[in-house]
Amino acid sequence: MTSPATFTQAHISYAAVVPMLVIFGAAMVGVLVEAFVPRAMRYWTQLGVTFAGLVASFLTLVLISRNNKGITAADAVVIDGPALMLQGTILVLSVLAVMLMAERFDTRSADAFTQSGASVPGSPMETNAVRLGATSTEVFPLVLFSVGGMMLFVAAGDLLVMFIALEVLSLPLYILTGLARRRRLLSQEASLKYFLLGAFSSAFFLFGSALVFGATGSIKFGEIADAVGKVNGRDDILIPGMLLVAVGLLFKIGAVPFHTWTPDVYQGAPSPVSGFMATTVKVAGFGAMLRLFYVALEGLSWNWQPVIAIVAVLTMVVGAVFAVTQTDMKRLLAYSSISHAGFLLVGVVALNKTGLSGTMFYLVAYSFTTLAAFGMVPLVRSAGSEATHLSQWAGLGKTSPILAATFSFLLLGFAGIPLTSGFTAKFALFSGAVGHGATWLVVIAMLMSAVTAFVYIRIIVLMYFSDPTGDTHVLFPSALTGISVTVGALATLVLGVAPAPLLNLAQHSSLFLR
Amino acid sequence: MHDATGVASIGWLMIGLPALGAALLLLGGKKLDKAGPYLATLLSWASFVIGLLILLQLRGKSPEDRGMHQHLFDWITTGKFNLSAGLQYDQLSLTFVMLITFVGSLITVYSLGYMEHDPDKRRFFAYLNLFVASMLLLVLADSYTLLFVGWEGVGLASYLLIGFWNWNPAYATAANKAFFLNRIGDMGMLIAMFVMFWAFGKVDFAGVNAGVEHAGKGTMLAIGLALLVAACGKSAQFPLQSWLGDAMAGPTPVSALIHAATMVTAGVYLIVRSHVIFNASEDARLAVCIVGAITLFAGAVIGCAKDDLKKALAASTMSQIGYMVLAAGLGPVGYAFAIFHLLTHGFFKAGMFLGAGSVMHGMNDQVNMRRFGGLWTVMRITWVTFGLGFLAIIGFPGLSGFWSKDKIIEAAFEGSGWKPWVFGLTALIAAGITAFYMSRMFFMTFMGKRRWTEDVHPHESPLTMTIPMMVLAIGSAFLGLILGPTGIITDWLEPVVGKHEGGEHVLGAAPLMVATFVLMVIGVAMAWRMYWRDAVPVAPPVGSPLTQAARRDLGQDDFNQAAIQRPGLHLTRALVFFDNKVVDGVGNGSAAGIGGSSARLKKMQNGFVRTYSLTMLLGVAAILGAVWVVR
Repeated sequence: MTSPATFTQAHISYAAVVPMLVIFGAAMVGVLVEAFVPRAMRYWTQLGVTFAGLVASFLTLVLISRNNKGITAADAVVIDGPALMLQGTILVLSVLAVMLMAERFDTRSADAFTQSGASVPGSPMETNAVRLGATSTEVFPLVLFSVGGMMLFVAAGDLLVMFIALEVLSLPLYILTGLARRRRLLSQEASLKYFLLGAFSSAFFLFGSALVFGATGSIKFGEIADAVGKVNGRDDILIPGMLLVAVGLLFKIGAVPFHTWTPDVYQGAPSPVSGFMATTVKVAGFGAMLRLFYVALEGLSWNWQPVIAIVAVLTMVVGAVFAVTQTDMKRLLAYSSISHAGFLLVGVVALNKTGLSGTMFYLVAYSFTTLAAFGMVPLVRSAGSEATHLSQWAGLGKTSPILAATFSFLLLGFAGIPLTSGFTAKFALFSGAVGHGATWLVVIAMLMSAVTAFVYIRIIVLMYFSDPTGDTHVLFPSALTGISVTVGALATLVLGVAPAPLLNLAQHSSLFLR
Repeated sequence: MHDATGVASIGWLMIGLPALGAALLLLGGKKLDKAGPYLATLLSWASFVIGLLILLQLRGKSPEDRGMHQHLFDWITTGKFNLSAGLQYDQLSLTFVMLITFVGSLITVYSLGYMEHDPDKRRFFAYLNLFVASMLLLVLADSYTLLFVGWEGVGLASYLLIGFWNWNPAYATAANKAFFLNRIGDMGMLIAMFVMFWAFGKVDFAGVNAGVEHAGKGTMLAIGLALLVAACGKSAQFPLQSWLGDAMAGPTPVSALIHAATMVTAGVYLIVRSHVIFNASEDARLAVCIVGAITLFAGAVIGCAKDDLKKALAASTMSQIGYMVLAAGLGPVGYAFAIFHLLTHGFFKAGMFLGAGSVMHGMNDQVNMRRFGGLWTVMRITWVTFGLGFLAIIGFPGLSGFWSKDKIIEAAFEGSGWKPWVFGLTALIAAGITAFYMSRMFFMTFMGKRRWTEDVHPHESPLTMTIPMMVLAIGSAFLGLILGPTGIITDWLEPVVGKHEGGEHVLGAAPLMVATFVLMVIGVAMAWRMYWRDAVPVAPPVGSPLTQAARRDLGQDDFNQAAIQRPGLHLTRALVFFDNKVVDGVGNGSAAGIGGSSARLKKMQNGFVRTYSLTMLLGVAAILGAVWVVR
């Protein structure tokens, strides 16, 4: 007869996890607001709650958690340098993304989202809902839940918490994807697709976790790392398990061949949501992947490095080559984000401190630029809808010089021209990777960035050297979009000219606790 | 190196003033339409004056401690990697500063006349100032990273200026092509920096040079080759040369400044600046020589077949830069001569480009030399100044090209084994071809019978245009004589690029001089027979296969298409996109813009979830299978 397991209460360092608690708390408040506050007041109330939550969370992160690093909650949560840096990044990006989502132009509710997601577009049911003043403010708590999930994702200390965080961050995204006001069918199809494929990849992750547990006897990263060196003869379970877990994460960051959902989903989702997914989710996904590979599986690097290297090559090549043939702006940005994910994987393969700090710096730099780019897409309209076909962007340099100039600058940032963040980021990332077994990857990365440069330059040429098509017009944004895009563009410039503070921060933060 | 003192402590103004000018002109709006161009010209000259004062300051010191360094700001400071932005004033950078600011300012003056009636001239002068600022940053930078900022800056300015008349789609395409091929070069630059960072932990010149002696041969070769790729992109060398001809779409002063005198020589500067690295790797130097030799020969052949005056000059530029690259690849024996030829070439080629602009100005912007002829009677100043440039480039005894190009040919014959014979003979024979194609150009344009189209009334250009031409012509005539035989240029550059003790030649200097002269005379005589004595047909004859190939730039574009575009880029599909955009773009665009047309959207959205999940599954299977097989 076995003795009953003794239950010891897990000690939780609240000072370390308070930013996440604030976010989840704010999300709960948001749900209550949705239930009890009159419709007319919901927009501003939700906006206030969301911003207050995000800002408060960031402040607690800087003021409290930063001084209370540690492993807590029975090793389930690890608050260390990388976790704090990436959580902070996610929070800042979320503020900017929420601003984009809240853009109303001259209507009464957020412009990008439908007020009645369940109804057929243009049906009496929808008209009725709009007439009764239906709102779309439920997106704000959804975003907060997702943000909370991401923050936990980068701080997860074991495989199960990582899995739960993965689901918490993903589920709201599936819903957000389907809420586009215009081109609803495209949006709902994307949502369903994302959900099905996401579930599929989660299954891989879970199965992989089970195999890793079977091989090492633990789900905690620190214990897995210790066990990797000691267990013998179980590699046949351990290595497939490790790779299946990796597949779940590679799906989230859109690495080839698990990228197929990316263009469809980014195209179908409301543009601000696409921007949100292309940035924060990537930050979170890479944060989790870095922790998994650098902490738990470092001892198996001989096994995973070649696999990730090949995935990186495929991702860079597919992202770059397919970007060339795209005719839709959002799909193009999607493929661009895929190729950037490939560049980032080079930093993961490097497996050293410089690679880690370079990857984190690249994530920040790339995210600001990407968010601003997605933020500008909704401004270009044709026949009441977003004009996402490239031909509709022709001649914007003449008709909307400020928009065209800003967007061109962001594209130069993507291309990695000096004095933009793209250059310093590539420099930080690749100089860390050269000479750590990843030199050949850097050469391929440079080749592919030349190809993507062609893609970006083509858009600039289109905007400046072609004649306007006539039916395209540009909306004047409110302060929300204005500030968000300005911050993104400024970050692209500042991180190119004076990257030192952030590089230092990334370097000081590049130490995992285990 | 000392800290900058005296005038050099305000040396950053050389970059700052034109940059300020560019910003003012771009942001200033219509108010500056009138005064802007003059402001730009003034600021450009101001840079020249500062540069000249620093040059005089340097001359006042003993040769060994002339170099000065100025710290600007800490750019990237992290734990073990520190990079500050600073400027470096030494003999090499000051030589370039003089060329850039002097020729650049002259061409800005010329543009006052040339662009007088262009409605967008404020923008044009802003770009010119931006170019001068970037180019100065390129040559004054104290690290590869800061050099790269200037490197991209000149690329951007060049791109903007090539596409300046962007109402013509072909011009915009040319700009695009230049940008793309330059990006391939930039890739080389970046890789070079990454390898330096890995090998030395530094990317500033002093740090890299200090680390070279401890580094392995393979590392040096890798850096050298990557730098060579960078140089090939910027300096239009084989195999990245094809953008230069198309770049002639830009306004002619741009061709003179950027695509003849300054920017395209940046690759030569890069190689000479990195001489410590190239000295350490003989294989890298050999690669440089091969690239230079191929380009100088190919450029000369292409030059023989072009009927477009500017494109013929572009081919000639390619060929002459090939000479410089060859000289740089020869190592210590050639560095100084590469820079020397770069200087003289800057003068005579810029002068000829401005002459070409003057001809176009008088001939309704025509460029077909078959419709020129006999212009010497109506454009006396242009004829004389262009003529001096022409005599200089073919190496007429006593003029600038004679002193600089013959030195390179002589240096190419130094050494033993097969190399001096291959490189020397290539350089020698190409000199004969140069004489032929330049004479062809000169005779077809200025001599022989008039073959003008009926609507032209050629006339001499205004003084703002002809004075710069005269100044450059004087330089074409005498600069070589002043700097070459007196040993000024070699002594001046020696502390930077190192001293060279004379070595063995496979062919003596005297027979070489005779051979070069004879080949030149033969070239000119052949051109005289075909293009002055005999009537030049207005329609181009069919020509031999070689001529036809040369007219198509020896298949540069075909090569690019086969090697770069088709496999890597699916460019064909991109072209389909452009077709769609032009032909039925409007129709497609509005259709896609209307949200309700779900049928169309379904068609666009043909990716099925089952296909996607199958891809994922196959991916997982492939990964697991591969690991299983490997284990």
